[in-house]
Amino acid sequence: MNAIEIKKLTKKYKDVTAVDGLELSVRQGELFALLGVNGAGKTTTIKMLSCLTSPTSGEALLGGKSIVSQPGEVKRIIGVSPQETAVAPNLTVMENLKLMCGVHGLSKEETRARAQALCEEFELGEVVKRKAGKLSGGWQRRLSIAMALTGDPEILFLDEPTLGLDVIARSELWDTVRALKGKKTIILTTHYMEEAEELSDRVGIMRGGKLLALGTAEELKALAGKEKFEDAFVAIVKGEGK
Amino acid sequence: MLNFSSRTAKEILRDPVNLGFGLGFPVVLILLLSAIQANVPVSVFQIDSLAPGMTVFGLSFMTLFAATLIAKDRESALLQRLYTTPLTAADFIFGYTLPLLPIVLCQAAVCFVTAFFLGLEVTVNVLWSVLMIIPASVFFIALGLLCGSVLSVKQVGGICGALLTNLTAWLSGIWFDLELVGGAFKKAAELLPFCHAVRVEQAAYAGSFADIWPDLAWVIAYAAAAVIFSVLAFLHQMKHQ
Repeated sequence: MNAIEIKKLTKKYKDVTAVDGLELSVRQGELFALLGVNGAGKTTTIKMLSCLTSPTSGEALLGGKSIVSQPGEVKRIIGVSPQETAVAPNLTVMENLKLMCGVHGLSKEETRARAQALCEEFELGEVVKRKAGKLSGGWQRRLSIAMALTGDPEILFLDEPTLGLDVIARSELWDTVRALKGKKTIILTTHYMEEAEELSDRVGIMRGGKLLALGTAEELKALAGKEKFEDAFVAIVKGEGK
Repeated sequence: MLNFSSRTAKEILRDPVNLGFGLGFPVVLILLLSAIQANVPVSVFQIDSLAPGMTVFGLSFMTLFAATLIAKDRESALLQRLYTTPLTAADFIFGYTLPLLPIVLCQAAVCFVTAFFLGLEVTVNVLWSVLMIIPASVFFIALGLLCGSVLSVKQVGGICGALLTNLTAWLSGIWFDLELVGGAFKKAAELLPFCHAVRVEQAAYAGSFADIWPDLAWVIAYAAAAVIFSVLAFLHQMKHQ
């Protein structure tokens, strides 16, 4: 079964077409990476799918719910970890988790249990009482993803989750994302080729608002006739594929 | 919404700079201006005039607190994250504004308690004076929602932190009698809500309730306009987030 069905999704800002007739299906439990250079339309696609902005035309169904006519229903089944860490800086780690549980309408007991479970799942125990604004970038990113999971979403959007992290923090975050694979449908946007290759089941490459290529990392390498995934990406984006 | 309101209160009250300016600065000014009054008597610095006025001046910091928090939330993408949750526009607007009302009442109470130590007579009218700060506080808090919705954190610092606090101070008649300047300055001051809000507070403390209405009408009109514009501005930025 498909978790996400995108049909001719288009977003225009005055004369600029940010996303142009996107057609795509993402299977339930799949980790799907969206790749593209700046301005390719990745973030606009995520914004439309997470109901932050309305499409100019087209449609997308998330868990069978329409982003156009049922945004409230869609919001109940998604979790979003934005590009920026997006935490409440003067609240502790635990308070941030409880805040997000509260906005998802969990009861006090459910909030306590869910926040505690996420603390354990994301190994946030050692920083649980520290203010989020005082945490390192790696801890903030980990908290950010945990916050996106407070509503127990079916679909999780991770927008550049490892941007600006050092090698160790990135590796640790990859472990965190790997642990979610299969449990949630995950849409990942990233600029790091190795991240997409390492983590995702399938990759979609966008340019100029259109989907240029779609497949597993191996399929895309074969499509471009390249051994390295990064070379395959460059070849596809430049239109130099086989 | 309660959850979000609680977060707003924590973010504001846990910032020591907020506490210093919001509660400390009006108290320091009451002490300082009362010391000046003791040496060089000036009618506007008499404690029964100064203390009610200072409660209004303190409201300018509420604008700064609300605007800074909202602008920061916009810039840090926390609002973007929250917009993908089931929270409604009303949840955000009330969640940002309602927690400031108890802080306003505490601030007014602290100003009056400080004034008691400086000789202000303790009367039941102080309670009225604290309550009558609410219409003016709605204006200042709504202004915070408006500025936070349209300005960056840096702009908020300049416009709410510097410009508004100075406008509130100069055009309210707290620091000097508006009659002394007169002319266009006085006319401009009379058109704005600051001096009317101070007069409401002073009249409530004095128990001159019959004199309150004309000034209160100005304050309520400005508060209503500020609420309408701030809600529209917030909804606009929410749509374009």
